[in-house]
Amino acid sequence: MTKMNGIFDFARMSKIILAAIFLVLLMGISIVSGYTDTTMQLAYKAFTAFDGSNEHLIIQTVRLPRALIAASVGASLAVSGVYMQTVTKNPLASPGILGINAGAGFAVVFAITIFQVSSLGVFTWISFLGAAIAALTVYFVGGVGKRGLTPMKLTLAGAAMTALFSSFTQGMLTTNEAALDEVLFWLSGSIQGRKLEILASVFPYLVVGWLLALVIAPMMNVMAMGDDIARGLGLKVGMLKIMVGVIVILLAGGSVAAAGPIGFIGIVIPHIARRLIGIDHRWLVPFAALLGGILLLAADIGARYIVMPQEVPVGVMMAFIGTPYFIYIARKGANKG
Amino acid sequence: MKGYRSFRVGKDRLSLLLDNNALVKLAVLFIITLILFIASVGLGDVKINPLTVVKLFFGGGTELQQLVVHQFRLPRIIVSMLVGMGLAVAGGILQGLIRNDLAAPDTIGVTAGAGMSVVAFLWLFSDENYSLIVSINWLPVAAFVGATLVAIAVYFLSWKDGVKPVRLVLIGIGITALMQAGTTTFMVLSPIYMASQTNIWITGSVNSVGWEDVHVLLPVMFVLLLMAFFSARNINVQSLGEDIAKGVGSPVERHRFILLIISTGLVGTAVAFAGSIGFVGLMAPHMARRLVGSSFGSLLPVSAFIGAILVMLADLMGRTLFLPSIVPAGVFTAALGAPYFIYLLMKTKNN
Repeated sequence: MTKMNGIFDFARMSKIILAAIFLVLLMGISIVSGYTDTTMQLAYKAFTAFDGSNEHLIIQTVRLPRALIAASVGASLAVSGVYMQTVTKNPLASPGILGINAGAGFAVVFAITIFQVSSLGVFTWISFLGAAIAALTVYFVGGVGKRGLTPMKLTLAGAAMTALFSSFTQGMLTTNEAALDEVLFWLSGSIQGRKLEILASVFPYLVVGWLLALVIAPMMNVMAMGDDIARGLGLKVGMLKIMVGVIVILLAGGSVAAAGPIGFIGIVIPHIARRLIGIDHRWLVPFAALLGGILLLAADIGARYIVMPQEVPVGVMMAFIGTPYFIYIARKGANKG
Repeated sequence: MKGYRSFRVGKDRLSLLLDNNALVKLAVLFIITLILFIASVGLGDVKINPLTVVKLFFGGGTELQQLVVHQFRLPRIIVSMLVGMGLAVAGGILQGLIRNDLAAPDTIGVTAGAGMSVVAFLWLFSDENYSLIVSINWLPVAAFVGATLVAIAVYFLSWKDGVKPVRLVLIGIGITALMQAGTTTFMVLSPIYMASQTNIWITGSVNSVGWEDVHVLLPVMFVLLLMAFFSARNINVQSLGEDIAKGVGSPVERHRFILLIISTGLVGTAVAFAGSIGFVGLMAPHMARRLVGSSFGSLLPVSAFIGAILVMLADLMGRTLFLPSIVPAGVFTAALGAPYFIYLLMKTKNN
């Protein structure tokens, strides 16, 4: 058993602070680096003494939103990954693998191509709707039958859902070349060229998701011991699962609306975070959030340099980073988390 | 062995045990395929009644009908049929080899591997005007190489005191994600015109095929399918498990390798011409097993026909249901296949 220390656990506290410092540092690097290389001083001036120059404009309108989106999307996906893994007892559960990202992505493309939706607010809600439908389907599939599906089979079902949704998405795009041009980059998971307004329309929901995640963290510690034990200890398991569902939909749906479906963060980060800081959700959740932000920022910075002057979608970067890790976990087996 | 017929050619060349039941079902499926073929030729923007279709094959009909059928419909229908057969048989072989129901070219990443190498091939060997600088005939080879490499990689990565089916599929999912990431990279690197073409193709479509594709696809598929049918009995032995297979004197490793190559060859060829038409390799062998049981001598031909029917039907729906849009066949196979896959998952016992 891990010791349940309070807030004055210096070892864990220092890890969190360290991660936070690193996150801020990476955001700084993300703001200054890229095709138009700038310096830290210039970036600082862009905010304190804006002079309308090209560099200042780029920093304010392109780089800053990008860094902020990367940090918040990374954090959101990581947190939803943590909770999905706890609830499903599946080390491979994550919004990407269980088809939730694909569902949200499908909903957004559907709205763009069929209803020509372009309002950001509507965009976000549609993304939530898609995420919710996918989450419910996976939950239904996972809960059907006496014992439901084993963790591994749930993963397979999620993969089938992903295949289904992405096939529909692609099918719709083939009939509409203009829309393809618009969404291809978005669809592969990208935070390039996102405006601050996009983040602004999603951010409130993400914050609600994060706060909810922190609030239920102590209860999730009980839940992790198994549904039966948790129920025996007086926890309202069904209620808690619904809460987790809401959190996942808010965080994953919001992330997809902002950055398109980005996979693997929800798998990789929870594992690394658990290894570094333990399984106590009160620590795990904020720490995973920070690590998620760090990973996506790093991947996004890398995405600018690989095929310069073009950019690789950061979702692609994540797949390259995440697949080896996924295979490692898959080989290790289901029983260990 | 009442009710069975054995077929032998030469001493060891071909030896099949078909039961009469399977032969009847095979004949029925053949007739269904034929009817669907004729219906498919007749349906579309220009509707032609079935009798006229038959006449058209022998040179009758109006000029317009001749044009529509020969230029547009026949090639894509033939390609659909062949691709469906190829994918279905490849799935059947893989399911026998891996001894698991969930194995299929899509679930173990082979389709995605073939897909990525095709996109990479198109990107690598195109000049500034987006025309190929090498012969298009190399495309199936590229797809085949990609499919084979992925199959071998997935197999080895899943090896840990033997290959567990679920682990194999899981790793297949991982590799699929990786291959899709690669595909996306090449798509983003290419101009939008090409990306759009690639997208149609990734979803799985026979929309842009012509006679020149049929001329390459037909002989290659024919040879590969024949090889598959000839090795049916080896799959039977393989599906008994490694120990028993060795016990009955089968060179297990060599047969396994040959069978793997045949199935990746089938997938590679199918993907090269019609893109990633998903779930056919999973569904068709299952349905076939329901119909004729699991002896591969009858299973493979029956799955071939079911696969042909599935893809032909998907293409027919794709080009008639949502006019004026033409929806790739892969959308329909996925719409049918994904729920089927989940159903299979729920049906098989939890261990």
